[in-house]
Amino acid sequence: MAKVTLIEALTMAMAWEMKHDNSVVVLGEDVGVNGGVFRATAGLQEQFGKDRVIDTPLAEALIVGISIGMATQGLKPIAEIQFSGFIYPAFDQITNHAGRIRTRTRGRMHVPMVVRAPSGGGIHAPEHHSESNEALFAHTPGVRVVMPSSPKRAYGLLLASIRDPDPVIFLEPTRLYRMNKQEVEDNGEALPLDTCFVLREGTDVTLVSWGAMIHETLLAAQEMEKEGVSCEVIDLATVSPIDYETILDSVEKTGRLVIIHEAPKTAGLGAEIAAEVADQALFSLEAPIVRVTGYDTPMPLFKLEHDYMPSVARVLKGIRRVLED
Amino acid sequence: MKTVAKFEIKYLQYLDPDGKPVQKTLPKFAQDVNELVEMYKKMSFVRVFDAKAIALQRTGQLGTYASCLGHEAIHVGIGLAMIPEDVFCPMYREYGAQFERGVQPHEVLLFWGGDERGNNFSGPKHDFPWAVPIATQNHHATGAAFALKYQGKKAASVSVIGDGGTSQGDFYESLNCAGAWKLPTVFVIANNKWAISVPLEIQTACETLAQKAIAGGFEGIQVDGNDIIAMRDAMEKALDKARNGGGPTLIEALTYRLSDHTTADDARRYRKEEEVQENWAKEPLIRLRKYLESLGAWDDAKEEAWKAECAARVDEEVQKYKAAGKPPVESMFDHMFANMPEDLLKQREQAIEEAKHHG
Repeated sequence: MAKVTLIEALTMAMAWEMKHDNSVVVLGEDVGVNGGVFRATAGLQEQFGKDRVIDTPLAEALIVGISIGMATQGLKPIAEIQFSGFIYPAFDQITNHAGRIRTRTRGRMHVPMVVRAPSGGGIHAPEHHSESNEALFAHTPGVRVVMPSSPKRAYGLLLASIRDPDPVIFLEPTRLYRMNKQEVEDNGEALPLDTCFVLREGTDVTLVSWGAMIHETLLAAQEMEKEGVSCEVIDLATVSPIDYETILDSVEKTGRLVIIHEAPKTAGLGAEIAAEVADQALFSLEAPIVRVTGYDTPMPLFKLEHDYMPSVARVLKGIRRVLED
Repeated sequence: MKTVAKFEIKYLQYLDPDGKPVQKTLPKFAQDVNELVEMYKKMSFVRVFDAKAIALQRTGQLGTYASCLGHEAIHVGIGLAMIPEDVFCPMYREYGAQFERGVQPHEVLLFWGGDERGNNFSGPKHDFPWAVPIATQNHHATGAAFALKYQGKKAASVSVIGDGGTSQGDFYESLNCAGAWKLPTVFVIANNKWAISVPLEIQTACETLAQKAIAGGFEGIQVDGNDIIAMRDAMEKALDKARNGGGPTLIEALTYRLSDHTTADDARRYRKEEEVQENWAKEPLIRLRKYLESLGAWDDAKEEAWKAECAARVDEEVQKYKAAGKPPVESMFDHMFANMPEDLLKQREQAIEEAKHHG
């Protein structure tokens, strides 16, 4: 079994599905010969041809709009938006069409489409290349939002997203693209959507995070272990819809909840999770719910990006806060 | 400086506003007088339906409705030229085209009557529902055309936008892509001179909207959109070209919006009554009727009988619309996803419960 990076796992998943399902096509800017600016589609055009790995004109609304057109007519498009900061022109197509067509046609049409986009900061990138905008899509009815945090989950969740008969916004943490390697069996096995993954079991504090911040969250959990605090780490993975059952079970056990995300605080998914846990499990809580998040500012240029993004130290501070009470 | 490229835009018309042929030969379908009578009857039916829908809205029995008054030749012309395997991506007033494709009038009423079941219409299941966000449907047609080509089907997609739609980025993006990929699609612009209150000269400095196709690298033609013979002929040729690998065509169909934008609009606020009256002289039904009368194929008695038949059929459709009632509250949720998320299931139960008390 090969050890692969997260981005290689994504390529493997796309190649597997293209090999086994002729209706799967990949499209986007520079996805062909160039293999995508991060190389997620490297080698796919060579393997599957220009008909199936398609360099599009440079227009994001077009990429998603034509993917909807394709998906309603029997294809399964995987659209790549080069960076999630460039996805906004396509927001109209996502919110007004992709998320609505099944409902408004009473199931007559549906949109089996995946929109992949690199997301988040920490890679020293230029402006507009480091945004964390998952909450915008989580607020959009009718679409799923998935964010993998390891090569294995990238492989299994992307396969599940391609096979899902409804639209999935698949946001990939650029910071994790090449951070670690993991053994991933290229066996075409998908992981379940709409399900959290418990990455580490614990009894004292529940830490909920997703995407790249899983890295800091796991490091913080290790740190706390040294102090004798046992943290349960939950990777949301499918950011929308949220698997509350796993989170609530955990909070009922630990009584303490810290939510960690890189995206801005206000109206972020942390607020959503906190509200639902307060509603469903207030009396299990031993302390107020704490959020450790990015700030309500634009993602700064890279000199300050690590001041913006929650660090291990900030996560530790958050954990210590819920342990105070 | 030397000239590196030159372009010209052709204009197509067979019948002038007085119903006189302006070309020596008509297209083959128009040489069959019975076929022309059928085409006239179809347009006439659409007009009767349209008037009834407006009456329903005015009497509180329908929500806001977008009239198609004056557009009948464009819409019926499109519908007659398409085959079931083609994919239709309308905006929101192409009823004449949709009726040809099997959509039932009561389904149109359901949609404007605030009921999503209207979008689950009869006719080809792959046809798009009405697209209210302007020009977004151009992308769906372009993507559908890609799918048809990829699947090796001998079919094409058709999208319709208005003159205002040509100001949208989506329109230009799709023209560009369809041209670059030589896709089997036909872009129709129903140029009715008004985008709600904004006249064409504010939308563009271009002499024609057909010339927008030049930017996409393919043919654009201007058609008298009040002449159903020209409209159907242009559509048939463009679709034939598309289905046989010839790539896209842009058809600018010139017409005039004789109605308000929708029933929520009052066009008297922004345009002169004289202008509307001038355009009534050019509308699509009268010219074909005059031509048919000149051939002895139509007369007042036939007109009266047909109108009565249309009214009866429309009444039946109105009854079906009224009988549909309110959709069940859970239908809001039931088609959200193939695999319903847990939390949405809970919201569904809550809505059903609430409806018991407030429904």
